[in-house]
Amino acid sequence: MATQETAASGVAPAVRSSQSAQRQVRKKNQRLGYLFVAPNFIGFAIFTLLPLVFAFAVSFAEWDVISGYDGIKWVGLKNFGTAFTDGNFWGSLRLTLYYAGLGVPLTTAVGLMIALALNGPIPGRSVLRLVFFIPFIANTVAIAAVWIMIYHPRYSPLNTTLRSLGIDDPPLWLASSQWAMPALIIMAVWAGAGYASIIYLAALQSLPADLYEAADIDGAGAFQKFRAITFPLLTPTTFFLLVTGFIGASQSFGIINLMTGGGPGRSTTVVSYYIYQNAFQFYRFGYAAAMAWLMFLLVLLLTLGLWIFQRRAVTYD
Amino acid sequence: MLSVMPNARVRRKGTSRRVQTRSDRSRWLAISIVMWVLALLFLTPFVWMLVSSMKRDLDVFRLPVTWIPDPFSFRGYERILHGKYAFHLFLTNSLIVAIARVVGELTTASLAAYAFARMQFKGRDFLFLLYISTMIIPYQMLLVPRFILYRQLHIFDTLWALILPGIFTAFGTFLLRQTFMTIPEDLSDAARLDGASEFQIYRQIILPLAKPALASLAILAFVWSWNDYETPLVMLTSESNFTVPLGLTRYMDEQGGYSPSLVMAGAVASIIPVFIVFLMLQRHFIQALTRTGMKG
Repeated sequence: MATQETAASGVAPAVRSSQSAQRQVRKKNQRLGYLFVAPNFIGFAIFTLLPLVFAFAVSFAEWDVISGYDGIKWVGLKNFGTAFTDGNFWGSLRLTLYYAGLGVPLTTAVGLMIALALNGPIPGRSVLRLVFFIPFIANTVAIAAVWIMIYHPRYSPLNTTLRSLGIDDPPLWLASSQWAMPALIIMAVWAGAGYASIIYLAALQSLPADLYEAADIDGAGAFQKFRAITFPLLTPTTFFLLVTGFIGASQSFGIINLMTGGGPGRSTTVVSYYIYQNAFQFYRFGYAAAMAWLMFLLVLLLTLGLWIFQRRAVTYD
Repeated sequence: MLSVMPNARVRRKGTSRRVQTRSDRSRWLAISIVMWVLALLFLTPFVWMLVSSMKRDLDVFRLPVTWIPDPFSFRGYERILHGKYAFHLFLTNSLIVAIARVVGELTTASLAAYAFARMQFKGRDFLFLLYISTMIIPYQMLLVPRFILYRQLHIFDTLWALILPGIFTAFGTFLLRQTFMTIPEDLSDAARLDGASEFQIYRQIILPLAKPALASLAILAFVWSWNDYETPLVMLTSESNFTVPLGLTRYMDEQGGYSPSLVMAGAVASIIPVFIVFLMLQRHFIQALTRTGMKG
């Protein structure tokens, strides 16, 4: 690195004098640019762009895929119309809002608390950070497998503890249509807080120390400093975590598939799972594609809304 | 490990000596205790997983709950190694997919990123915009058309269905492009004067300088590939192609009785490889996350 830098500064004057010559070389090398992009672009076109065009087309059709191209029935906007009158679709949107709307802010808040604590003088910080982070690197299936056991109504460490604390009638968790969603949210917070705290810790690191010095001189307390300095300066990070959190939470159907299968009843059939069901269990691919577009639009609107809110809430200087 | 800590400590000692009173110290003691209790709570599911994997099936669901297996039993581990559903096969599949994805993605993404960051060609900016705009498209939307496409390409229910899309990602290209942009153009110009070709500059100057970013991408790609459950769920049907997470579901809904120790042994075994990678490369891993995290 060091030798390269000296080499570069050594030739710098020569570089400037021959810039026009180089520009010509670069022009000649235009074709080379395409050559560099090509390997990635060809795959990108096949596996991302083409499917997008497909997704668009399929949303105007009724198709079960299995019957081949002859089975395609073009139905225009019917799938979108169906979605608007489908009570289950609206219900699943409401449940997504419940799941993400409660789970994501909670995860972010717990992550922030952990980060603030780990940023202070706490013994064994690096061990703690590791512990909070482990859920993030574990795969969904392993996580689901152990939480299914933890949420066992009777023989689990969770409910036996609750009972010993004097709660005679602890929740039935996944077996109860009322508690299944809170159970999933608790899991989501557990799984995601460590990641949020890592992102927050990095942001805390880059906060300017002089603001805190000034606050100290003014005799500000810890909470005042948090309210007036830390939290406002962390807004971009909070925004990032909320947006990516909402996007992630509105898309994941794996954990639902493993833990509840959308039940009991329809109590955990969030929209991502409903789309998955329609495509791969009911073979209504057209309808699934149409709902995926609608979901995308909603998430996009939500992101824009959050973005505008963030812009209004924060002035950076 | 992270430089957060020395910073924080310096700030505390240097600037707030006045505030470093007894009440301040006792407050941090209280926070420390709360954090350690919280950490233990966070760890509990994994402890339960480990403990249950070493119990006999009949001891797992027995009251009162015990945290030390009595007796210890390694039946679960024996069964994932020699049982009906071959764990080593899932492991091999997962490794093949993960390694192919990491190598493939690093290669194609770094080439494309080099062109986007350091070369001039017509339509470059439009193409790059196209790349990043696909990054906000939900995975769900691609699932149905990819399912259809893979059947046409005859890669449905093969490991290719997991490998190929993982190689050509907009995300990897974007991540590396951002890093390549920060490398001074003078370095390339100097090499050009010495008669180096673009490929030589890419290979001998840019790639070595971008090692941390390449490592970040490699780690993220490995962990995502390893932990992916939803793609294999939709794209694979033959058990011989299953990757570890999907294979694990086989243990969960085994016919003729669900065996908790078997499932937990499988869960432990599925986490260990990623955990080892994480422990070895913790610093890089955290860098990778913050690198992508700051780009909000």
